[in-house]
Amino acid sequence: MINLITIKNYVVPQTVEEAYGYLTSNKASTIFGGGAFIRMGSKNISTAIDLSKCGLNNITESDDSIEIGAMVTFGDLESSTILKNHFNNLLAISVKDIVGIQMRNIVTVGGTVYSRYGFSDFITALMVLDAKVKLHKGGLVPIELFITDGSKEKDILEYITIKKDNRRASFKSMRNSKGDYAILNIAVSKKENMCIAVGARPGRAILAKKTMEYINENGINLDNLEEALDVLTEEVKFGSNSRGSSQYREKICRTLIKRALKEADCLEA
Amino acid sequence: MKLNARINGIKVSLEISPDEFLVDTLRRNGYLGVKQGCDTGTCGVCTIHVDGKAVLSCVLLSAKVEGREITTIEGVQNEAKVIGKYLVDEGVDQCGYCSSGTIMSILYLEKSIANPTDEEILHYLNGNLCRCTGYTGQLRAIKKYMEGKYNENCKQ
Repeated sequence: MINLITIKNYVVPQTVEEAYGYLTSNKASTIFGGGAFIRMGSKNISTAIDLSKCGLNNITESDDSIEIGAMVTFGDLESSTILKNHFNNLLAISVKDIVGIQMRNIVTVGGTVYSRYGFSDFITALMVLDAKVKLHKGGLVPIELFITDGSKEKDILEYITIKKDNRRASFKSMRNSKGDYAILNIAVSKKENMCIAVGARPGRAILAKKTMEYINENGINLDNLEEALDVLTEEVKFGSNSRGSSQYREKICRTLIKRALKEADCLEA
Repeated sequence: MKLNARINGIKVSLEISPDEFLVDTLRRNGYLGVKQGCDTGTCGVCTIHVDGKAVLSCVLLSAKVEGREITTIEGVQNEAKVIGKYLVDEGVDQCGYCSSGTIMSILYLEKSIANPTDEEILHYLNGNLCRCTGYTGQLRAIKKYMEGKYNENCKQ
């Protein structure tokens, strides 16, 4: 079999600081999450850094927040009893249609979020929560800022922290077949204010800020829903790729948002 | 580099390269029940358990399982025989290439959910592609297998 990636050294540091030392010592050093997506590409890696022993494998809960370690797998998210009790189980629902459970038991939170994949379902869900990523050197960065700008320099994502603010939420995606990449995904949440994210456009997930502003000013009900969706499709840029055209994405976006608003009980009478 | 792990309850020390995937390591060392299919994490024929969790051995670097407990279909022969019979009885063994991965997923489902609904069964089998059967027969076989186990437990 031909290996599309090559790795010269494989290291398993015991601390994040040690991992950071490996990462910055050589340009071709790479942090490995699950390694599932790296496997699909072609890359010469001098040192593969495995964070398994750095204590980043847990989902924990305090009085006001939830912390998800970078090495937590999507399978862990799906079976977490902590996440089940928050945001209408938004995070577990967002990952449940990704390939199969055997893949989700490999894919990691850190690998996905640090890589800021456009196709990610999990990132779209995180965007509608009060979430921050904790970078080893860069500190705490709001999720939206991180997804837009990434990290200024090579860094290590340690964990994601999410404020427990009891918001209602819903995630929806459209796929050609079960387990395929999403053609489009969206998430909505509501506490005092409405939050809407659109991802797999196919570009990275973004917040629909003008639409959020419109809804926060005018409220949202069946009478002004279409007008709100017009604001959304005007502001969000949809692209075309082999999975779908921009026009198709725009159409299904409207439907998915409607369904999510209904599911999260966000439509006023 | 060396990989030290337990495979089917036996301690092993295998020579691996840092960029080798687990399916290649296992097959090279005689665990031929682990099938190789898409090599891109799509088809599920290479499914094994690592520390009790179902994973795809074609996307997992061998180096990642250092010190861990690996179970292949060779390690669950009795259970596989029982499930295999249900698959055969429902006519869903046909080419048989996906069967070992599917059986590993069924065992993981059994461990994860006590009385799975049809939806949950299909959800857990989503990562195992089968070109022969169309999945309806598999669902039938799994339900009968689960019912059989349930009835057996009731008798005991």
